[in-house]
Amino acid sequence: MTNPITNPLINLTTKPVVSLDAVSKSYGSETVVSDVSLDIQAGECVVLVGHNGAGKTTLMKLMLGLTRPSSGSVEVLGVNPTSSSAVAQHKNQGYLPESVAFYEAMSGREVLIFFARLKGVSDTDCEQLLDIVGLADAAKKRVGSYSKGMRQRLGLAQAMLGNPRLLFLDEPTTGLDPGLRQQFYELIEGLQNAGATSLISSHALSEVEARANRFIIMKSGVVIASGTLDELYLQAALPVQLNIVVASGHASSVADRLGSEINICGISDTTLSLSCFNGDKMPLIRRIGDLGDLVSDLQIKPPRLDEVYSHFMNRGVS
Amino acid sequence: MKMLWILALKELRDGFRNRWVAASIIVLAILALVLSVLGSAPTGSVRVSELDISVISLASLSVYLIPLIALMLSHDALVAEFERGTMMLLLAYPVTRWQIIMGKFLGHLSILLIAIVVGYGGAVVVLTLLTDSGSEGWQAYATMMASTLVLGAVFIALGYLISVIVKERATAAGSAIGLWLVFVVLYDLLLFGALTMDEEQKISQQLFSMLMLVSPTDSYRILNLSLFEGVSEAAGIAGVAAETGMSGMLLAGSLALWIILPLVATLLVFQNREL
Repeated sequence: MTNPITNPLINLTTKPVVSLDAVSKSYGSETVVSDVSLDIQAGECVVLVGHNGAGKTTLMKLMLGLTRPSSGSVEVLGVNPTSSSAVAQHKNQGYLPESVAFYEAMSGREVLIFFARLKGVSDTDCEQLLDIVGLADAAKKRVGSYSKGMRQRLGLAQAMLGNPRLLFLDEPTTGLDPGLRQQFYELIEGLQNAGATSLISSHALSEVEARANRFIIMKSGVVIASGTLDELYLQAALPVQLNIVVASGHASSVADRLGSEINICGISDTTLSLSCFNGDKMPLIRRIGDLGDLVSDLQIKPPRLDEVYSHFMNRGVS
Repeated sequence: MKMLWILALKELRDGFRNRWVAASIIVLAILALVLSVLGSAPTGSVRVSELDISVISLASLSVYLIPLIALMLSHDALVAEFERGTMMLLLAYPVTRWQIIMGKFLGHLSILLIAIVVGYGGAVVVLTLLTDSGSEGWQAYATMMASTLVLGAVFIALGYLISVIVKERATAAGSAIGLWLVFVVLYDLLLFGALTMDEEQKISQQLFSMLMLVSPTDSYRILNLSLFEGVSEAAGIAGVAAETGMSGMLLAGSLALWIILPLVATLLVFQNREL
């Protein structure tokens, strides 16, 4: 896999593919999305992360023109998605709704061909897609008899019809087993490499960590953090853990020599665990280096992604 | 246009798949055959063609049956898709909401068209061959078939209005039955009740004509019973339409409005609907 951050397909000079400006959406007195502004550039893979009810689905519906913003403006592929000219743009978009539903009485193939014709895609492309998502054998069966995983795969197949430039995938991997999940992300990566822009929502940051250029973390309708993985680590400013292996019996003396300001989170006969903030890390490592033979090994453990995530979720709206 | 065709074809296929087409054909054909056979008895020595008799009996029964079939097809057309979530997906495709409604309408109308042509048309062919009665009065019969389709269109459109307003499928079914009762049974009942109670004759001839005209089922009935001389003579209402000033155009116009207005209302509600 290429490094997503230096993906040459991302072109920052052109207009963003999706652009939200101070968008809010409320149903009655309940505010689902509150003052969200974001841009998605062509070729980017952006992941929306948040618990259920964080406003991820509503955000996608706003971008698809299924619902209108209460305030603010939305622009997708250069047009307002609720305007009449946006309908034609749907040709260039693919959408996989959360827990996708189909016409139960139709077969998988019939469903796909129906949608393909609406997009002006040939029937032969449908056969190919059914093959790609592994539904070729089940294509004749009623969708009503499909398992959750099969529906999800059919959902992905319809989203991929006509090689869309822009993909909206709402919790695409729920209900898929790990093997399928892997396959699923490979499919998306294929589209990505062909230049597609995608917005994926997920409630688990760790699952999508390697897939995205950028993350947008939402909570209660508000964007609480966004950026690349590295930027999120920096923003979170969580302590780094240093595990030091010392000569037997010297753990406490090593701790003494490192000074009083260190934060010990674990100590045993031969090991010493310290936690420190990123800015204090290098000075501390230098001092550890000065200890010479007393220290035989040093492991640096950055905070795990789910720790970063829960940090943002607990911190809440900044 | 292509989108309408794709959407209509899907509804038509659904109609074949869930046996709606077959069931409707059978019901209409049996009805037409039985009524024609039974109805041919009283023609006797009066100079009335058998087809004219069939028109009277079929029009009288279609008034009840066709709205029912049409509403069954259409009452959950939109609400079912909202409820299941398929509408969200459909709207993410390059189709307008107007196309979705018109596509469904054309599809459902085709189902009725097939049922009426095969059911009523087939029955009359069989009957003509069996009884060797000739084809006198075929214009009246053809008009009956066409106007029956129009009546069906009215109730398909009304069904869509239900299906876009209600929040649940079950409510849609209940509302459809209610609507059927009002349009097909209660309205006439109330009208004739008022007429019999009206001893001082406050209801003028004109008002009565108006009240008949605004009801799609009454318009349909009058259209079929009075438009052709042979039929109206056999039905015993010769000259009624002329007296009340109801021309075929006026009656057809009433039916057309009953199709257009609910469709437009459905579209307006649908346009403002957020998913």
